[in-house]
Amino acid sequence: MKLIDKTIVAKKMPIRLVRNTILKGLFFLATTFGLLVLGILLYRIFTQGIGYLDWDFFQNFASRRPEEAGIKAALIGSIWLMLVVAPVALLLGLGTAIYLEEYAKKNWFTSFIKLNISNLAGVPSIIFGLLGLTIFVRALALERSVLAAGLTMSLLVLPVIIVAAQEAIRSVPRELREASYGMGATKWQTIVRVVLPAAIPGILTGSILALSRAVGETAPLVVVGIPMFIAFLPKTVFDTFTVLPMQIYNWTSRPQEEFQSVAAAGILVLLFLLIFMNSIAVFIRNKFQKRY
Amino acid sequence: MNEEGVTILRVQQAQYSIREMIQERKQKKRIQIERFIPSILLLTAAVSILTTLGIVFTLIFETITFFKEVSVSEFFTADKWYPFAEAASYGVMPLVLGTLKITMIAALVAVPIGLATAIYLSEYASEKTRRVIKPILEVLAGVPTIVYGFFALTFVTPVLRSIFPSLEMFNALSPGLVVGIMITPMIASLSEDALVSVPRAMREGALALGSTKLEVTLKVVLPAAISGIVASIVLALSRAIGETMIVSVAGGSTPSLNMDVTTSIQTMTAYIVQVSTGDAGYGTTIYYSIYAVGMTLFLFTLVMNLLAQYISRKVREEY
Repeated sequence: MKLIDKTIVAKKMPIRLVRNTILKGLFFLATTFGLLVLGILLYRIFTQGIGYLDWDFFQNFASRRPEEAGIKAALIGSIWLMLVVAPVALLLGLGTAIYLEEYAKKNWFTSFIKLNISNLAGVPSIIFGLLGLTIFVRALALERSVLAAGLTMSLLVLPVIIVAAQEAIRSVPRELREASYGMGATKWQTIVRVVLPAAIPGILTGSILALSRAVGETAPLVVVGIPMFIAFLPKTVFDTFTVLPMQIYNWTSRPQEEFQSVAAAGILVLLFLLIFMNSIAVFIRNKFQKRY
Repeated sequence: MNEEGVTILRVQQAQYSIREMIQERKQKKRIQIERFIPSILLLTAAVSILTTLGIVFTLIFETITFFKEVSVSEFFTADKWYPFAEAASYGVMPLVLGTLKITMIAALVAVPIGLATAIYLSEYASEKTRRVIKPILEVLAGVPTIVYGFFALTFVTPVLRSIFPSLEMFNALSPGLVVGIMITPMIASLSEDALVSVPRAMREGALALGSTKLEVTLKVVLPAAISGIVASIVLALSRAIGETMIVSVAGGSTPSLNMDVTTSIQTMTAYIVQVSTGDAGYGTTIYYSIYAVGMTLFLFTLVMNLLAQYISRKVREEY
């Protein structure tokens, strides 16, 4: 039995129903706007850049002539940067997360650390550049090296990794810990052998997303003073270098029209790298995440 | 472990008494390591505090050095930012105004679109649509800002210039729109969280009284989620203020004190980039000026971040 006759309802409130339908359409249009922009952006960059994307592009160093310009130094430099950022940011982030979730007592100091981390996450990246310039480049005299840039970037992505690791550790059920204690394991043994293995998928997912942010970030490196025009590869972490976003920034800000296509080709490589990293994160999340 | 292994283990264990085992454990070095672990972990946690201290002290010290050469009143009241001129003038207002112009244009784009997206996803869309659209929005949020900058300069500006021929090559409008696109996913996703957390019972109550879905959304759900929504907008605008690469690629480098959005501007972040890529020698007034500008930027975003935290924590309604 139908309690409500919809035709009568529709007759009683036509304006209100029409308004509902129109607004629903508007909300939907707004939602598709984002997808539309993403589509245009990818299409533009793809059609502009694909012509320059050949084997030579990966083999060549930066050049004043657009047809000879390549991204070898930038691509290798980005990998070098990751080699510093990944271990430093992971160790610090994981350590902080374990401390906050497993050891910290509920007092003002702990809530101060937490407040501090959430505020740090909102500090503009260019300010981290000023910090890196003053502390790492000048005070510790690391110059414009892989190490100075890597430490700056590590601090930038640290809050993201801490929050992700905290959530992963928190989601490990109490029963697992209690079972471990029940078998006579100590706290640290429980953390290393039970909690961390169970939390690893969540930690990795968050960390890879944080690292991919470090790969795409430009502003702090500009301020630290990483050069954009380099025709050699770094040999140690104390050597100077350049990264993909810096190289793209350099090409973008050149007046010649052809360099726009070179920049687009560079962006294609950068986006491919980021999509690759994100897919790994999604893969880990889907494959290994257990629900307790 | 196979059965054989288990038996061996049992036999081995049987040779000890529990008391002996505990005794033996206590003598092992492991117990001493156990004591140091919390302090080591505390050290790693201290790094985040040291980072904040580092930021604050760097900015304060270098800003003080700057104010030894340029008076505080000039910094806040002079109406020109000409650090490279012969008779240099350091009035931060034009940079602040440039930043606010960008933020305002971005807000005009991002607030309605972000909010509409949030409402569509939480109130109207099916679970299936939501699962398709949300990840795409996440991709939009993950695009590096230099890519957006390139997009603004090579696509948005030319398109806008074909509509408004008077638009300069570098202007406030184009990067403002693109910054708006950049922060839209942030408003959409945080506001959606706020909308979704409004309890079903409130919607059902309103529906039972004969409201349309739109009325439920506008008169019940939105007011209930307003604190979360406002917090998400404040956070997103703070992000827009600190955005760097889009504005320095497409905004130009002409700090000006007017409300025109068609002409070249300069923001606080773009100025820091301009000095960093040029060669302002270490120790010059220009070198220190980037810290004074950085300090101003830091205070702006800090106040907004604290405000967002305050709104979402204190104004939150309990159900």
